[in-house]
Amino acid sequence: MASGNGLMPMQIADHPAQMRTEGGATAYFRKLWRITRKELQTELRAREAIGAMAAFSVLAVVIFGLAFDLAPRMDLIVPGILWGILLFAGVLGLNRSFGAEVDKGSLAALLLAPMDRSAVYFGKVLANFLFILATQIIVLPIMLVIFDINLFRLWILVGLFLGILGYVFVGTLFAALTVSVRARESMLPILLLPVMMPLFVAGVGLTALVLNGREFGDFDHWLLMLATYDLIFLVIAYMVFDLIWEDV
Amino acid sequence: MSSATLSQSRGRPMAFGSYFLLTLNILAMAGMAVFIWAALVYAKSATNLAGTEQMAQRIFYIHMGCIFGAMAGFLVSLIGSILYLITRNLEWDRITQASVEVGTLFGIGLTICGAIWARPTWNTYWTWDPRLTTATITILIYVAYLLFRNGIDNRRTRALFGNIYALFAFLTVPLTYYSARWFRSIHPVVWNGSNAEAQGDIGNVGATMGQTITIALISFTLLFCALMIQRWRQLRLEDRLEELREELE
Repeated sequence: MASGNGLMPMQIADHPAQMRTEGGATAYFRKLWRITRKELQTELRAREAIGAMAAFSVLAVVIFGLAFDLAPRMDLIVPGILWGILLFAGVLGLNRSFGAEVDKGSLAALLLAPMDRSAVYFGKVLANFLFILATQIIVLPIMLVIFDINLFRLWILVGLFLGILGYVFVGTLFAALTVSVRARESMLPILLLPVMMPLFVAGVGLTALVLNGREFGDFDHWLLMLATYDLIFLVIAYMVFDLIWEDV
Repeated sequence: MSSATLSQSRGRPMAFGSYFLLTLNILAMAGMAVFIWAALVYAKSATNLAGTEQMAQRIFYIHMGCIFGAMAGFLVSLIGSILYLITRNLEWDRITQASVEVGTLFGIGLTICGAIWARPTWNTYWTWDPRLTTATITILIYVAYLLFRNGIDNRRTRALFGNIYALFAFLTVPLTYYSARWFRSIHPVVWNGSNAEAQGDIGNVGATMGQTITIALISFTLLFCALMIQRWRQLRLEDRLEELREELE
Protein backbone atom coordinates (compact mmCIF):
# COMPACT_ATOMS: atom_id res chain seq x y z
CA MET A 1 0.00 0.00 0.00
CA ALA A 2 2.72 2.48 0.99
CA SER A 3 4.91 2.23 -2.07
CA GLY A 4 7.65 4.31 -0.48
CA ASN A 5 8.57 6.57 -3.39
CA GLY A 6 9.45 9.48 -1.09
CA LEU A 7 12.65 10.57 0.59
CA MET A 8 13.01 7.73 3.05
CA PRO A 9 11.64 4.70 1.31
CA MET A 10 12.59 2.25 4.01
CA GLN A 11 10.96 4.03 6.91
CA ILE A 12 7.82 4.93 5.01
CA ALA A 13 7.39 1.43 3.69
CA ASP A 14 8.15 -0.37 6.91
CA HIS A 15 6.61 1.81 9.55
CA PRO A 16 2.89 1.32 8.88
CA ALA A 17 3.31 -2.42 8.64
CA GLN A 18 5.03 -2.42 12.01
CA MET A 19 2.41 -0.26 13.61
CA ARG A 20 -0.31 -2.49 12.28
CA THR A 21 0.91 -5.67 13.83
CA GLU A 22 3.20 -4.77 16.72
CA GLY A 23 2.20 -5.37 20.30
CA GLY A 24 0.46 -8.71 19.97
CA ALA A 25 -3.00 -9.54 21.25
CA THR A 26 -3.13 -6.92 24.01
CA ALA A 27 -2.37 -4.12 21.59
CA TYR A 28 -4.87 -5.54 19.14
CA PHE A 29 -7.68 -5.45 21.69
CA ARG A 30 -6.64 -2.00 22.84
CA LYS A 31 -6.92 -0.73 19.25
CA LEU A 32 -10.22 -2.52 18.82
CA TRP A 33 -11.52 -0.85 21.97
CA ARG A 34 -10.30 2.53 20.65
CA ILE A 35 -12.61 2.15 17.65
CA THR A 36 -15.50 1.09 19.86
CA ARG A 37 -14.88 3.99 22.23
CA LYS A 38 -14.83 6.43 19.35
CA GLU A 39 -18.17 5.04 18.18
CA LEU A 40 -19.65 5.28 21.66
CA GLN A 41 -18.42 8.87 22.06
CA THR A 42 -19.91 9.88 18.72
CA GLU A 43 -23.13 8.18 19.69
CA LEU A 44 -23.26 9.95 23.05
CA ARG A 45 -22.86 13.31 21.33
CA ALA A 46 -25.09 12.85 18.29
CA ARG A 47 -27.44 10.04 19.43
CA GLU A 48 -27.94 9.05 15.82
CA ALA A 49 -28.02 5.26 15.95
CA ILE A 50 -29.70 4.40 19.24
CA GLY A 51 -32.09 7.34 18.94
CA ALA A 52 -33.31 6.28 15.51
CA MET A 53 -33.46 2.58 16.38
CA ALA A 54 -35.28 3.11 19.69
CA ALA A 55 -37.78 5.54 18.21
CA PHE A 56 -38.48 3.19 15.30
CA SER A 57 -38.78 0.15 17.57
CA VAL A 58 -41.19 1.80 19.99
CA LEU A 59 -43.27 3.05 17.08
CA ALA A 60 -43.34 -0.42 15.57
CA VAL A 61 -44.36 -2.01 18.89
CA VAL A 62 -47.24 0.45 19.16
CA ILE A 63 -48.32 -0.14 15.56
CA PHE A 64 -48.21 -3.93 15.94
CA GLY A 65 -49.96 -3.65 19.30
CA LEU A 66 -52.81 -1.79 17.63
CA ALA A 67 -52.86 -4.08 14.61
CA PHE A 68 -53.04 -7.28 16.66
CA ASP A 69 -55.30 -5.87 19.36
CA LEU A 70 -58.02 -8.40 18.57
CA ALA A 71 -55.72 -11.41 18.29
CA PRO A 72 -56.75 -14.12 20.76
CA ARG A 73 -53.32 -15.19 21.98
CA MET A 74 -50.47 -12.72 22.16
CA ASP A 75 -47.81 -15.33 22.96
CA LEU A 76 -48.16 -16.69 19.41
CA ILE A 77 -47.56 -13.29 17.82
CA VAL A 78 -45.00 -11.67 20.10
CA PRO A 79 -41.97 -13.80 19.03
CA GLY A 80 -42.43 -12.73 15.42
CA ILE A 81 -42.92 -9.09 16.41
CA LEU A 82 -39.86 -9.09 18.68
CA TRP A 83 -37.50 -10.49 16.06
CA GLY A 84 -39.07 -8.66 13.14
CA ILE A 85 -38.60 -5.32 14.87
CA LEU A 86 -35.05 -6.28 15.80
CA LEU A 87 -34.18 -6.95 12.14
CA PHE A 88 -35.83 -3.82 10.73
CA ALA A 89 -34.64 -1.44 13.44
CA GLY A 90 -31.09 -2.77 13.31
CA VAL A 91 -30.79 -1.69 9.69
CA LEU A 92 -31.19 1.93 10.75
CA GLY A 93 -28.24 1.73 13.12
CA LEU A 94 -26.07 -0.29 10.74
CA ASN A 95 -26.66 2.23 7.96
CA ARG A 96 -25.16 4.93 10.18
CA SER A 97 -22.19 2.74 11.11
CA PHE A 98 -20.23 3.51 7.95
CA GLY A 99 -22.67 5.98 6.45
CA ALA A 100 -21.75 8.56 9.09
CA GLU A 101 -18.06 8.10 8.27
CA VAL A 102 -18.70 8.82 4.62
CA ASP A 103 -20.94 11.80 5.35
CA LYS A 104 -18.34 13.34 7.63
CA GLY A 105 -15.53 12.44 5.24
CA SER A 106 -13.70 10.47 7.90
CA LEU A 107 -13.68 7.05 6.23
CA ALA A 108 -10.22 7.54 4.72
CA ALA A 109 -8.84 8.57 8.11
CA LEU A 110 -10.39 5.51 9.71
CA LEU A 111 -8.79 3.26 7.10
CA LEU A 112 -5.42 4.97 7.56
CA ALA A 113 -5.47 4.23 11.29
CA PRO A 114 -2.38 2.17 12.10
CA MET A 115 -4.17 -1.05 12.91
CA ASP A 116 -5.30 -4.20 11.24
CA ARG A 117 -8.52 -3.76 9.25
CA SER A 118 -10.08 -6.55 11.28
CA ALA A 119 -9.63 -4.40 14.41
CA VAL A 120 -11.70 -1.69 12.70
CA TYR A 121 -14.30 -4.32 11.84
CA PHE A 122 -14.50 -5.83 15.33
CA GLY A 123 -14.51 -2.39 16.93
CA LYS A 124 -17.52 -1.45 14.83
CA VAL A 125 -19.12 -4.84 15.51
CA LEU A 126 -18.80 -4.33 19.25
CA ALA A 127 -20.23 -0.80 19.02
CA ASN A 128 -23.18 -1.92 16.88
CA PHE A 129 -23.78 -4.80 19.24
CA LEU A 130 -23.99 -2.43 22.20
CA PHE A 131 -26.29 -0.05 20.30
CA ILE A 132 -28.75 -2.78 19.36
CA LEU A 133 -28.55 -4.24 22.86
CA ALA A 134 -29.39 -0.83 24.31
CA THR A 135 -32.34 -0.57 21.94
CA GLN A 136 -33.63 -3.96 23.07
CA ILE A 137 -33.33 -2.93 26.72
CA ILE A 138 -35.72 -0.09 25.87
CA VAL A 139 -38.03 -2.24 23.74
CA LEU A 140 -38.55 -5.24 26.03
CA PRO A 141 -40.27 -3.36 28.89
CA ILE A 142 -42.50 -1.57 26.38
CA MET A 143 -43.48 -4.92 24.88
CA LEU A 144 -44.23 -6.11 28.41
CA VAL A 145 -46.62 -3.19 28.86
CA ILE A 146 -48.30 -3.36 25.47
CA PHE A 147 -48.58 -7.14 24.98
CA ASP A 148 -48.56 -8.15 28.64
CA ILE A 149 -45.92 -10.78 27.92
CA ASN A 150 -42.76 -11.03 29.97
CA LEU A 151 -39.81 -11.56 27.67
CA PHE A 152 -37.26 -11.29 30.48
CA ARG A 153 -36.55 -14.99 30.64
CA LEU A 154 -33.08 -16.41 30.72
CA TRP A 155 -33.13 -18.35 27.45
CA ILE A 156 -34.91 -15.65 25.49
CA LEU A 157 -32.23 -13.21 26.63
CA VAL A 158 -29.48 -15.68 25.72
CA GLY A 159 -31.14 -16.14 22.33
CA LEU A 160 -31.33 -12.38 21.83
CA PHE A 161 -27.66 -12.08 22.78
CA LEU A 162 -26.60 -14.70 20.22
CA GLY A 163 -29.02 -13.35 17.63
CA ILE A 164 -27.81 -9.76 17.91
CA LEU A 165 -24.23 -11.02 17.74
CA GLY A 166 -24.84 -12.85 14.46
CA TYR A 167 -26.81 -9.89 13.17
CA VAL A 168 -23.97 -7.42 13.73
CA PHE A 169 -21.32 -9.82 12.37
CA VAL A 170 -23.05 -9.92 9.01
CA GLY A 171 -24.67 -6.48 9.26
CA THR A 172 -21.44 -4.56 9.88
CA LEU A 173 -19.79 -6.26 6.92
CA PHE A 174 -22.75 -5.52 4.64
CA ALA A 175 -22.86 -1.94 5.90
CA ALA A 176 -19.26 -1.61 4.75
CA LEU A 177 -20.13 -3.19 1.40
CA THR A 178 -23.10 -0.91 0.72
CA VAL A 179 -21.56 2.34 1.89
CA SER A 180 -20.11 3.23 -1.49
CA VAL A 181 -23.12 2.03 -3.44
CA ARG A 182 -25.80 4.22 -4.98
CA ALA A 183 -28.94 4.28 -2.78
CA ARG A 184 -27.08 2.64 0.11
CA GLU A 185 -29.86 3.25 2.64
CA SER A 186 -32.29 1.05 0.74
CA MET A 187 -29.70 -1.46 -0.47
CA LEU A 188 -28.60 -2.62 2.99
CA PRO A 189 -31.95 -4.14 4.08
CA ILE A 190 -32.39 -5.81 0.68
CA LEU A 191 -29.01 -7.49 1.06
CA LEU A 192 -29.18 -8.17 4.77
CA LEU A 193 -32.70 -9.43 5.47
CA PRO A 194 -32.70 -12.58 3.30
CA VAL A 195 -29.29 -13.61 4.66
CA MET A 196 -30.71 -13.13 8.18
CA MET A 197 -33.51 -15.60 7.57
CA PRO A 198 -31.98 -18.61 9.39
CA LEU A 199 -31.24 -16.41 12.39
CA PHE A 200 -34.73 -14.93 12.32
CA VAL A 201 -36.42 -18.33 12.14
CA ALA A 202 -34.22 -19.67 14.93
CA GLY A 203 -34.95 -16.66 17.13
CA VAL A 204 -38.69 -16.84 16.58
CA GLY A 205 -38.70 -20.60 17.15
CA LEU A 206 -36.74 -20.27 20.36
CA THR A 207 -38.84 -17.41 21.75
CA ALA A 208 -42.10 -19.20 20.91
CA LEU A 209 -40.99 -22.39 22.68
CA VAL A 210 -39.74 -20.56 25.77
CA LEU A 211 -42.99 -18.58 26.00
CA ASN A 212 -44.81 -21.88 25.66
CA GLY A 213 -43.13 -22.99 28.89
CA ARG A 214 -41.10 -25.82 27.35
CA GLU A 215 -38.09 -27.55 28.85
CA PHE A 216 -34.53 -26.67 27.81
CA GLY A 217 -34.25 -29.93 25.87
CA ASP A 218 -37.10 -28.84 23.58
CA PHE A 219 -35.44 -25.69 22.31
CA ASP A 220 -31.70 -26.26 22.70
CA HIS A 221 -31.43 -26.95 18.96
CA TRP A 222 -32.39 -23.32 18.29
CA LEU A 223 -29.57 -22.09 20.51
CA LEU A 224 -27.27 -24.42 18.61
CA MET A 225 -28.51 -22.97 15.32
CA LEU A 226 -27.91 -19.41 16.52
CA ALA A 227 -24.42 -20.29 17.76
CA THR A 228 -23.59 -22.10 14.49
CA TYR A 229 -24.78 -19.12 12.48
CA ASP A 230 -22.64 -16.77 14.59
CA LEU A 231 -19.57 -18.94 14.23
CA ILE A 232 -19.85 -19.48 10.45
CA PHE A 233 -20.43 -15.84 9.63
CA LEU A 234 -17.84 -14.62 12.12
CA VAL A 235 -15.18 -16.63 10.31
CA ILE A 236 -16.33 -15.64 6.81
CA ALA A 237 -16.73 -11.97 7.71
CA TYR A 238 -13.26 -11.93 9.28
CA MET A 239 -11.83 -13.50 6.14
CA VAL A 240 -13.41 -11.12 3.64
CA PHE A 241 -13.43 -7.83 5.53
CA ASP A 242 -9.82 -7.15 4.56
CA LEU A 243 -10.77 -7.37 0.89
CA ILE A 244 -13.34 -4.58 0.90
CA TRP A 245 -10.92 -1.65 0.85
CA GLU A 246 -7.96 -3.34 -0.77
CA ASP A 247 -7.97 -0.79 -3.61
CA VAL A 248 -8.18 2.26 -1.36
CA MET B 1 -5.81 -9.55 -17.13
CA SER B 2 -9.24 -9.29 -18.59
CA SER B 3 -8.11 -7.17 -21.49
CA ALA B 4 -5.55 -9.84 -22.40
CA THR B 5 -8.14 -12.60 -22.60
CA LEU B 6 -10.51 -10.33 -24.43
CA SER B 7 -8.07 -9.22 -27.10
CA GLN B 8 -7.11 -12.85 -27.56
CA SER B 9 -10.66 -13.80 -28.25
CA ARG B 10 -11.02 -10.81 -30.55
CA GLY B 11 -7.88 -11.65 -32.55
CA ARG B 12 -8.76 -15.29 -33.04
CA PRO B 13 -11.58 -15.97 -35.46
CA MET B 14 -14.21 -17.54 -33.20
CA ALA B 15 -14.93 -20.28 -35.73
CA PHE B 16 -14.75 -23.29 -33.43
CA GLY B 17 -16.44 -21.48 -30.58
CA SER B 18 -19.28 -20.26 -32.78
CA TYR B 19 -19.97 -23.68 -34.26
CA PHE B 20 -19.85 -25.22 -30.82
CA LEU B 21 -22.31 -22.66 -29.51
CA LEU B 22 -24.62 -23.03 -32.49
CA THR B 23 -24.66 -26.79 -32.01
CA LEU B 24 -25.32 -26.38 -28.31
CA ASN B 25 -28.18 -23.99 -28.93
CA ILE B 26 -29.79 -26.26 -31.51
CA LEU B 27 -29.35 -29.23 -29.18
CA ALA B 28 -30.92 -27.31 -26.31
CA MET B 29 -33.86 -26.30 -28.50
CA ALA B 30 -34.35 -29.85 -29.79
CA GLY B 31 -33.95 -31.15 -26.25
CA MET B 32 -36.72 -28.88 -25.02
CA ALA B 33 -39.02 -29.98 -27.87
CA VAL B 34 -38.41 -33.65 -27.06
CA PHE B 35 -38.87 -32.91 -23.39
CA ILE B 36 -42.23 -31.18 -23.86
CA TRP B 37 -43.41 -34.09 -25.97
CA ALA B 38 -42.21 -36.61 -23.40
CA ALA B 39 -43.71 -34.75 -20.44
CA LEU B 40 -47.09 -34.02 -22.00
CA VAL B 41 -47.63 -36.99 -24.32
CA TYR B 42 -45.18 -39.83 -23.88
CA ALA B 43 -45.20 -40.27 -20.10
CA LYS B 44 -48.14 -42.35 -18.94
CA SER B 45 -50.55 -40.78 -16.50
CA ALA B 46 -50.06 -41.41 -12.81
CA THR B 47 -52.26 -44.35 -11.85
CA ASN B 48 -52.70 -43.33 -8.22
CA LEU B 49 -54.20 -39.96 -9.15
CA ALA B 50 -57.42 -38.96 -10.86
CA GLY B 51 -59.04 -35.96 -12.54
CA THR B 52 -57.26 -32.61 -12.39
CA GLU B 53 -54.55 -34.00 -10.16
CA GLN B 54 -53.61 -36.55 -12.78
CA MET B 55 -53.21 -33.88 -15.44
CA ALA B 56 -51.48 -31.49 -13.06
CA GLN B 57 -48.92 -34.14 -12.16
CA ARG B 58 -47.29 -33.62 -15.57
CA ILE B 59 -46.00 -30.24 -14.47
CA PHE B 60 -43.71 -32.22 -12.19
CA TYR B 61 -41.31 -32.85 -15.08
CA ILE B 62 -40.89 -29.11 -15.74
CA HIS B 63 -40.72 -28.52 -12.01
CA MET B 64 -37.87 -30.97 -11.66
CA GLY B 65 -36.10 -29.71 -14.75
CA CYS B 66 -36.10 -26.25 -13.24
CA ILE B 67 -34.55 -27.65 -10.05
CA PHE B 68 -31.61 -28.97 -12.08
CA GLY B 69 -31.19 -25.59 -13.73
CA ALA B 70 -31.39 -23.63 -10.49
CA MET B 71 -29.06 -25.95 -8.59
CA ALA B 72 -26.55 -25.94 -11.43
CA GLY B 73 -26.70 -22.14 -11.57
CA PHE B 74 -26.11 -21.60 -7.87
CA LEU B 75 -23.37 -24.24 -7.67
CA VAL B 76 -21.52 -22.67 -10.61
CA SER B 77 -21.93 -19.26 -8.96
CA LEU B 78 -20.30 -20.59 -5.77
CA ILE B 79 -17.34 -21.93 -7.75
CA GLY B 80 -17.14 -18.68 -9.73
CA SER B 81 -17.20 -16.47 -6.66
CA ILE B 82 -14.55 -18.44 -4.77
CA LEU B 83 -12.28 -18.53 -7.82
CA TYR B 84 -12.77 -14.81 -8.41
CA LEU B 85 -11.82 -13.98 -4.83
CA ILE B 86 -8.67 -16.09 -5.24
CA THR B 87 -7.58 -15.17 -8.77
CA ARG B 88 -9.21 -11.74 -9.34
CA ASN B 89 -9.81 -12.70 -12.95
CA LEU B 90 -12.90 -10.90 -14.21
CA GLU B 91 -13.75 -13.94 -16.30
CA TRP B 92 -14.86 -15.70 -13.10
CA ASP B 93 -16.98 -12.72 -12.14
CA ARG B 94 -18.79 -12.89 -15.45
CA ILE B 95 -19.34 -16.62 -14.92
CA THR B 96 -20.78 -15.93 -11.46
CA GLN B 97 -23.11 -13.28 -12.78
CA ALA B 98 -24.26 -15.33 -15.76
CA SER B 99 -24.91 -18.42 -13.68
CA VAL B 100 -26.78 -16.46 -10.99
CA GLU B 101 -29.00 -14.84 -13.62
CA VAL B 102 -29.83 -18.12 -15.32
CA GLY B 103 -30.17 -19.93 -12.00
CA THR B 104 -32.57 -17.27 -10.70
CA LEU B 105 -34.61 -17.62 -13.89
CA PHE B 106 -34.93 -21.37 -13.31
CA GLY B 107 -35.62 -20.73 -9.64
CA ILE B 108 -38.54 -18.45 -10.47
CA GLY B 109 -39.81 -21.07 -12.93
CA LEU B 110 -39.49 -23.68 -10.21
CA THR B 111 -41.58 -21.67 -7.74
CA ILE B 112 -44.26 -20.77 -10.28
CA CYS B 113 -44.60 -24.39 -11.45
CA GLY B 114 -44.70 -25.50 -7.83
CA ALA B 115 -47.43 -23.03 -6.91
CA ILE B 116 -49.54 -24.02 -9.92
CA TRP B 117 -49.09 -27.68 -9.10
CA ALA B 118 -49.72 -27.21 -5.37
CA ARG B 119 -53.17 -25.72 -5.95
CA PRO B 120 -54.85 -28.93 -7.21
CA THR B 121 -52.65 -31.27 -5.14
CA TRP B 122 -52.26 -29.57 -1.77
CA ASN B 123 -55.32 -27.36 -2.17
CA THR B 124 -53.24 -24.23 -1.63
CA TYR B 125 -50.84 -22.21 -3.73
CA TRP B 126 -48.45 -21.72 -0.91
CA THR B 127 -47.32 -23.32 2.32
CA TRP B 128 -44.24 -22.73 4.46
CA ASP B 129 -42.78 -26.11 3.80
CA PRO B 130 -38.98 -26.11 4.33
CA ARG B 131 -38.28 -26.62 0.64
CA LEU B 132 -40.60 -23.81 -0.37
CA THR B 133 -39.14 -21.51 2.25
CA THR B 134 -35.58 -22.29 1.22
CA ALA B 135 -36.33 -21.86 -2.49
CA THR B 136 -38.03 -18.50 -1.94
CA ILE B 137 -35.31 -17.10 0.31
CA THR B 138 -32.62 -18.32 -2.08
CA ILE B 139 -34.28 -16.57 -5.02
CA LEU B 140 -34.70 -13.38 -2.98
CA ILE B 141 -31.03 -13.46 -2.02
CA TYR B 142 -29.89 -13.84 -5.61
CA VAL B 143 -32.25 -11.11 -6.80
CA ALA B 144 -30.65 -8.92 -4.12
CA TYR B 145 -27.25 -9.90 -5.56
CA LEU B 146 -28.29 -8.69 -9.01
CA LEU B 147 -29.73 -5.43 -7.65
CA PHE B 148 -26.59 -4.87 -5.59
CA ARG B 149 -24.32 -5.26 -8.61
CA ASN B 150 -26.34 -2.72 -10.56
CA GLY B 151 -25.70 -0.11 -7.88
CA ILE B 152 -21.89 -0.20 -8.14
CA ASP B 153 -20.21 1.81 -10.89
CA ASN B 154 -16.57 0.75 -10.64
CA ARG B 155 -16.08 -2.51 -12.52
CA ARG B 156 -13.52 -4.01 -10.10
CA THR B 157 -15.52 -3.01 -7.02
CA ARG B 158 -18.66 -4.45 -8.56
CA ALA B 159 -16.93 -7.75 -9.17
CA LEU B 160 -15.37 -7.90 -5.71
CA PHE B 161 -18.46 -6.92 -3.71
CA GLY B 162 -20.73 -9.04 -5.87
CA ASN B 163 -18.61 -12.13 -5.31
CA ILE B 164 -18.35 -11.53 -1.57
CA TYR B 165 -22.13 -11.34 -1.43
CA ALA B 166 -22.53 -14.42 -3.63
CA LEU B 167 -20.41 -16.35 -1.14
CA PHE B 168 -22.67 -15.28 1.74
CA ALA B 169 -25.72 -16.04 -0.35
CA PHE B 170 -24.70 -19.62 -0.97
CA LEU B 171 -23.78 -20.22 2.68
CA THR B 172 -27.24 -19.11 3.77
CA VAL B 173 -29.02 -21.80 1.75
CA PRO B 174 -28.30 -24.86 3.96
CA LEU B 175 -28.81 -22.84 7.15
CA THR B 176 -32.19 -21.62 5.90
CA TYR B 177 -33.17 -25.16 4.98
CA TYR B 178 -32.37 -26.62 8.38
CA SER B 179 -33.93 -23.76 10.31
CA ALA B 180 -37.10 -23.98 8.20
CA ARG B 181 -37.24 -27.74 8.75
CA TRP B 182 -36.89 -27.42 12.50
CA PHE B 183 -39.37 -24.56 12.54
CA ARG B 184 -42.11 -26.67 11.02
CA SER B 185 -41.52 -29.39 13.56
CA ILE B 186 -43.20 -27.24 16.23
CA HIS B 187 -46.41 -27.50 14.19
CA PRO B 188 -47.00 -31.24 14.34
CA VAL B 189 -50.07 -31.17 12.05
CA VAL B 190 -48.09 -30.13 9.01
CA TRP B 191 -45.09 -32.21 9.90
CA ASN B 192 -46.65 -35.59 10.70
CA GLY B 193 -49.77 -35.09 8.63
CA SER B 194 -48.37 -34.53 5.19
CA ASN B 195 -44.86 -35.84 5.26
CA ALA B 196 -45.44 -39.58 5.36
CA GLU B 197 -47.59 -39.26 2.25
CA ALA B 198 -45.54 -36.60 0.56
CA GLN B 199 -42.43 -38.73 0.33
CA GLY B 200 -41.60 -39.29 -3.30
CA ASP B 201 -40.05 -42.49 -4.56
CA ILE B 202 -38.20 -41.66 -7.76
CA GLY B 203 -36.80 -45.17 -8.17
CA ASN B 204 -40.20 -46.83 -8.20
CA VAL B 205 -42.09 -45.05 -11.01
CA GLY B 206 -43.23 -46.47 -14.33
CA ALA B 207 -40.83 -46.88 -17.26
CA THR B 208 -42.13 -43.95 -19.33
CA MET B 209 -42.05 -41.68 -16.30
CA GLY B 210 -38.47 -42.68 -15.53
CA GLN B 211 -37.44 -42.02 -19.12
CA THR B 212 -39.16 -38.63 -19.07
CA ILE B 213 -37.24 -37.72 -15.92
CA THR B 214 -33.99 -38.65 -17.67
CA ILE B 215 -35.00 -36.57 -20.68
CA ALA B 216 -35.80 -33.67 -18.36
CA LEU B 217 -32.39 -33.96 -16.73
CA ILE B 218 -30.54 -33.94 -20.05
CA SER B 219 -32.61 -31.28 -21.82
CA PHE B 220 -32.64 -28.84 -18.91
CA THR B 221 -28.90 -29.26 -18.40
CA LEU B 222 -28.41 -28.47 -22.09
CA LEU B 223 -30.74 -25.48 -21.82
CA PHE B 224 -28.86 -24.25 -18.76
CA CYS B 225 -25.48 -24.56 -20.49
CA ALA B 226 -26.74 -22.83 -23.62
CA LEU B 227 -28.32 -19.92 -21.74
CA MET B 228 -25.37 -19.53 -19.41
CA ILE B 229 -22.74 -19.51 -22.12
CA GLN B 230 -24.74 -17.03 -24.18
CA ARG B 231 -25.11 -14.70 -21.22
CA TRP B 232 -21.45 -15.14 -20.35
CA ARG B 233 -20.42 -14.12 -23.87
CA GLN B 234 -22.80 -11.20 -23.74
CA LEU B 235 -21.28 -9.96 -20.47
CA ARG B 236 -17.83 -10.35 -21.95
CA LEU B 237 -18.81 -8.21 -24.93
CA GLU B 238 -20.34 -5.62 -22.60
CA ASP B 239 -17.07 -5.36 -20.69
CA ARG B 240 -15.11 -5.15 -23.93
CA LEU B 241 -17.39 -2.40 -25.17
CA GLU B 242 -16.92 -0.51 -21.93
CA GLU B 243 -13.14 -0.81 -22.22
CA LEU B 244 -13.15 0.46 -25.80
CA ARG B 245 -15.37 3.35 -24.84
CA GLU B 246 -12.97 4.31 -22.06
CA GLU B 247 -10.04 4.12 -24.48
CA LEU B 248 -11.80 6.50 -26.86
CA GLU B 249 -12.54 9.08 -24.20
